Amino acid sequence: MSWIVSLPLIIPFATAVLSFLWRRSHLGGLVSVTGAAAQLVAAGVLMASTWQNGYTVGQMGGWDAPFGITLVADLLSAVMVVITAITGLAVAVYALSEIDARREELGYHALFHVLLTGVTGAFLTGDLFNLYVWFEVMLIASFGLLVLGGTKAEIDGGVKYVALNLVSTMLFLMATGLLYGLTGSLNMADLAQSVRASDNQGLVTVIAMMFMVAFGVKAALFPLFFWLPASYHTPAFSVSAVFAGLLTKVGVYALIRAFTLIFVSDVALTHQILLWAAVLTMITGVLGAASQNDFRKILSFHIVSQIGYMVLGLALFTPLALTGAVFYLVHHIIVKANLFLVSGVAHKLAKGTDLSRIGGLYKTAPLLAFLFLIPAFSLAGFPPLSGFWAKYVVVKASFEAGAFVAGAAALVVGALTIFSMTKIWAEAFWKDHPDGQEPRLRDIALRERLLALAPIAGLAALTVVIGLFPAPFLDLASRASAQLLDPQAYIDAVMPGGPS
Amino acid sequence: MRALRETPRHSATAPATSGGDKVAHPVQTHIFNKISPTGHFLAPCGIYLWQSDPIYGRTPHESPLNPMATPDAKPAPSGLIPVALAILLFVWFAQFAPRIASGEVIRAGFDWAPSLGVSLTFTLDGLSLIMALLITGIGALIHLYARDYMAGHPQFNRFALYLTAFMLAMLGVVTADNLMALFVFWELTTVTSYLLIGFDHDSANSRRSALQGMLVTGAGGLCLLAAFILIGEVAGTYAISQIPDGALKNSLFYTPITILVLLGAFTKSAQFPFHFWLPNAMAAPTPVSAYLHSATMVKAGVYLMARLHGDLGGSGLWIWTLTLAGGFTAVFASVLALRQTDLKTALAYTTLMALGTITLLLAAPVPYALTGAIAFLVVHSLYKAALFLVAGLVDHGTGTRDVTLLSGLGRKMPFTALGATLAALSMAGLPPMIGWIGKEVIYAGGLKTPMPLLVIGAALAANALMVAVAYLFAIRPFWVGKTRAPHAPHEGRWTMWIAPVVMGLTGLGLGIYPHALQQLVDPAVVAIYGGEAKAAGLHIWAGLGMPFYLSLATFTLGALIILAAKPLSGLIAALSRRLPVFDAGWDSFLRGLKAFAAWQTGVIQPGKISLYFAATFSVMVVAIGLPLVLMLDFGPLIRLPDLNPVLMLISILIVAGTGLVLRTRERITAIAGLGTVGIGISLIFILFSAPDVAITQLLVETLVVVLFAVAALRLPQVRDMTPALPRVVALPIALGMGAVVSLVTLAVTATPFDAHLTDWFAAHAYPDGHGLNIVNVILVDFRALDTMGEITVVMVAAASAYALLKGLRRTKGSPE
Repeated sequence: MSWIVSLPLIIPFATAVLSFLWRRSHLGGLVSVTGAAAQLVAAGVLMASTWQNGYTVGQMGGWDAPFGITLVADLLSAVMVVITAITGLAVAVYALSEIDARREELGYHALFHVLLTGVTGAFLTGDLFNLYVWFEVMLIASFGLLVLGGTKAEIDGGVKYVALNLVSTMLFLMATGLLYGLTGSLNMADLAQSVRASDNQGLVTVIAMMFMVAFGVKAALFPLFFWLPASYHTPAFSVSAVFAGLLTKVGVYALIRAFTLIFVSDVALTHQILLWAAVLTMITGVLGAASQNDFRKILSFHIVSQIGYMVLGLALFTPLALTGAVFYLVHHIIVKANLFLVSGVAHKLAKGTDLSRIGGLYKTAPLLAFLFLIPAFSLAGFPPLSGFWAKYVVVKASFEAGAFVAGAAALVVGALTIFSMTKIWAEAFWKDHPDGQEPRLRDIALRERLLALAPIAGLAALTVVIGLFPAPFLDLASRASAQLLDPQAYIDAVMPGGPS
Repeated sequence: MRALRETPRHSATAPATSGGDKVAHPVQTHIFNKISPTGHFLAPCGIYLWQSDPIYGRTPHESPLNPMATPDAKPAPSGLIPVALAILLFVWFAQFAPRIASGEVIRAGFDWAPSLGVSLTFTLDGLSLIMALLITGIGALIHLYARDYMAGHPQFNRFALYLTAFMLAMLGVVTADNLMALFVFWELTTVTSYLLIGFDHDSANSRRSALQGMLVTGAGGLCLLAAFILIGEVAGTYAISQIPDGALKNSLFYTPITILVLLGAFTKSAQFPFHFWLPNAMAAPTPVSAYLHSATMVKAGVYLMARLHGDLGGSGLWIWTLTLAGGFTAVFASVLALRQTDLKTALAYTTLMALGTITLLLAAPVPYALTGAIAFLVVHSLYKAALFLVAGLVDHGTGTRDVTLLSGLGRKMPFTALGATLAALSMAGLPPMIGWIGKEVIYAGGLKTPMPLLVIGAALAANALMVAVAYLFAIRPFWVGKTRAPHAPHEGRWTMWIAPVVMGLTGLGLGIYPHALQQLVDPAVVAIYGGEAKAAGLHIWAGLGMPFYLSLATFTLGALIILAAKPLSGLIAALSRRLPVFDAGWDSFLRGLKAFAAWQTGVIQPGKISLYFAATFSVMVVAIGLPLVLMLDFGPLIRLPDLNPVLMLISILIVAGTGLVLRTRERITAIAGLGTVGIGISLIFILFSAPDVAITQLLVETLVVVLFAVAALRLPQVRDMTPALPRVVALPIALGMGAVVSLVTLAVTATPFDAHLTDWFAAHAYPDGHGLNIVNVILVDFRALDTMGEITVVMVAAASAYALLKGLRRTKGSPE
């Protein structure tokens, strides 16, 4: 058990070390891809084990919970680890087509895998302070990746990113300290019990709000998302793809974990706040996207907007709503990372991401156009793609819970999402290139072309498969949701002997 | 309607426009040069015209039939695949006709997302069958036509793919039984029609029209999604066939559901006030317009209203909304049609008229009216598709679609003229065409509705105008006057003219032998109305009665309108200039949306990090402070801590250090201030008997101060000390933050500490962890994973710093 749950963590870490050692040779890239593939296998094993047993638990160092650090995968964690590994592999492959030798020598691959380690760690840990550590690992690795290019824009974005995220991490640490002071524990399962048993529920709610704000920054909730649109459009496309796919989702995951397992004593208040934050996040994000005219900036604001849908699922706090949140998470990561990868190829072909300066891709690069259309329409929620089911479940859950305003907002935001996806389509693909260029995929060397397009095609296929065969994925999401609504099962799995 | 205003310009320049089309194409330029030296002169004019005329700004490829455009273009063999597919499907559906006619309903399907109640189930009843036959039958002819029409187009295969996908999606819409499945296909028609309307993607106008269609029908689609979800909640099922009788009508949600469904249907079927996208959708190549406007896209909305008629119809809300919207759309659109000069635009407006009429007839739960709706649906699909295809043939054969430039084409384009005439007769509702019967049934049905005057009035006006439009746009250009056209007219290939001729003959055949149609209409009316419905009989001679007299009135009125066409058209033009223009309204709506979005984003995301900090901290103060103030009982919490003088002294030291950091201009001083704070904290650790932690803290502080000092010596002095935020803003935020954190900390420390972890660590550190120092054992054993993570952080920080210094490039880039 211990190995199954820790391997998805050990592999990227080892990969990071190896690829750092080989950063000056072309082996670095090979190590990176191999490591990412191995992580996917490990994640699959973890998924299988968790699917079978409900929970996969490992007590690190052999110290039983709540005294040591516990790694624990319920279905949500397992799903997130799998999807992280998929994104990791896709981006690792894509990076070989994009990342230059300079960046490789500065340790790009190592930073990338440290980032994956941090993300995976955050999904697997069952310990609140350990979660903080993984947040720090993620933060520092992502900062490194952001500034690796060394351009002014990248550093400007990197500084805003790191400064605002540090505020969040600081608050997280403070809140963890206070919660420890209140309960004397850090293990999440143990916390879940002692928080419930605490006779100072008012104070619990106050601390819960601290966590909500701290994770809200990470998740890019309104009005805490400034760092995201400020930085995501600046770095290498591989970097923004993995950021777009994973980083905010760690925040959402942390919110889900904290507000289903630990802080559920005042749902009427906390989840109501989450609901309105979610609605405002959806709306402000999508309007932000509507105001942009750059491929990546539009996509960045859409991340914000869609975080709203996921948090809405959490806020409604019904089985169906959480199913929607989990489904949305998975869908979003696949689609969003892919769109950033597509933007990278578009950039290479049409020489830019400013929509007024590019064009002509539909005529001369139809394959790319096709590969854009799938995730773009999936993002916009068109059936039969994964985004449709995600949106549908969240809206249905809103209506069932009587949250008609939220459901209506989700639909209106859907229409505006169509608007900005078609903007990209019309400008970058349909319109002629303003300089009369005829960008062709053939202009890229075969090796690079394959390395760039294979992950894009793979991720696109995934959204189609989920869209066409949603039943198993919905089952998975609904089982995960049922687990989330049953904290006692989590507690029993982590501390089978009961608290000592 | 902007498009309408462009028409006169086009009419003045039409002859040159077709030349422009040719010249603008790079491949064709040399051909032109060989033929005539004026090509050099015409080329720039042509390019200018092509680019400046938005609605006619077709790509050069759009005139492939023109022999000069693509001299050797052969229709692609791949184009036969969709033709064959459509024919196969037509035959497949047709074989069910006898079973359906005998009252059977055919069902098939499988689960899709059972946990959500979504399945891919299909029903073939009278209504579905009639739609399916129209979609596949007309689809086959249009695919055949398109193969020639688009011959030589470099993107022909994409075109055929989209059109086929569109056809299949439409079939899904009209056969789906599960509402969610219906929605999926509905959205697929939106997507594929987007790709089809914007097919001439180099043209800004095409892109605009595609976007407009997509957003209007897409927004309607989302209303529909909401409606379907609500129906599912209320009825407990998404299967249309299993919605219990009256379940929706008696529900609290009846009104929202009906409004949402009608929004979806009206946007798709282009009912007023959502009509504006449809005329613009003609930016699509002609075969697409022919298909979208006749048997498909726009009929989806009508179909939905018919399909849900039994579950939602009958209420005052339903009857009034449909009657008013349908009636108004019908009259308003046919009036506007009259003033057009472009064939396609005129036809587009007549489509609106037809949809309005069908909507009008779907208002009342009267089998006769429903018969009228279905019969007219068939009639309209046949003649409308034919006429659009004729427009395409005329365009290719003569170089223009402007009827004012055309006359006497009949001799040169006999087959096109035949198709046009048959369709026009049906459109005008003259015997023995099926259109005649359709009109009679409309009147017969209209008389039985609860609001006969309103319905008959609207239908009469619209029908009379249709008579005029049919004459002006489909009869006169062919049969009146000398042959006149921008260049010598010629007939198209047989694969093209066969389509309108077949459609026209079908209209004739059904008129002579209406029993065939009756067989289809009867079960369709039953499907809409319910079991005991009796459809009206379709007869070429239904006897002298009110409908007959109304028909005579229609023809008389129509003839009068034809005679007064010129002044009328001028009058309408003058009038419509005063009316609000929806198309322009759309533009200002989009502009407003973008402006609002830009304003909002400017406020939220101004690009200044100081503002981001201010906002983030403000949120913290409010989000944590409010529940703090509301929930905590401060009484027992806030005891002043024991006034230990040493602690007090250290606290003062820390505060002083902080003050120093805030006030100084010198980096070195600031760092020294920070160091003071750190030392103060390590003193506190010592006081609470944690010397090892204190030593660590002290070492870290020392190191930081030293390293910082070294770095700071090499940095320029901070000159600009103006705070990024005005004090009045910054101060309350800072004080609030301090207060909130202090209060929470006080509250927490006031609760008794649960030491079960600490005790366990103390008990197990030596026997199990083999260490005498508990903290060490925690760090390297109990919680070693944390330590490993933190070490990673330090390593990565070092690597990042190295990369940052090494990699710094003096490049220009645009920060946020």
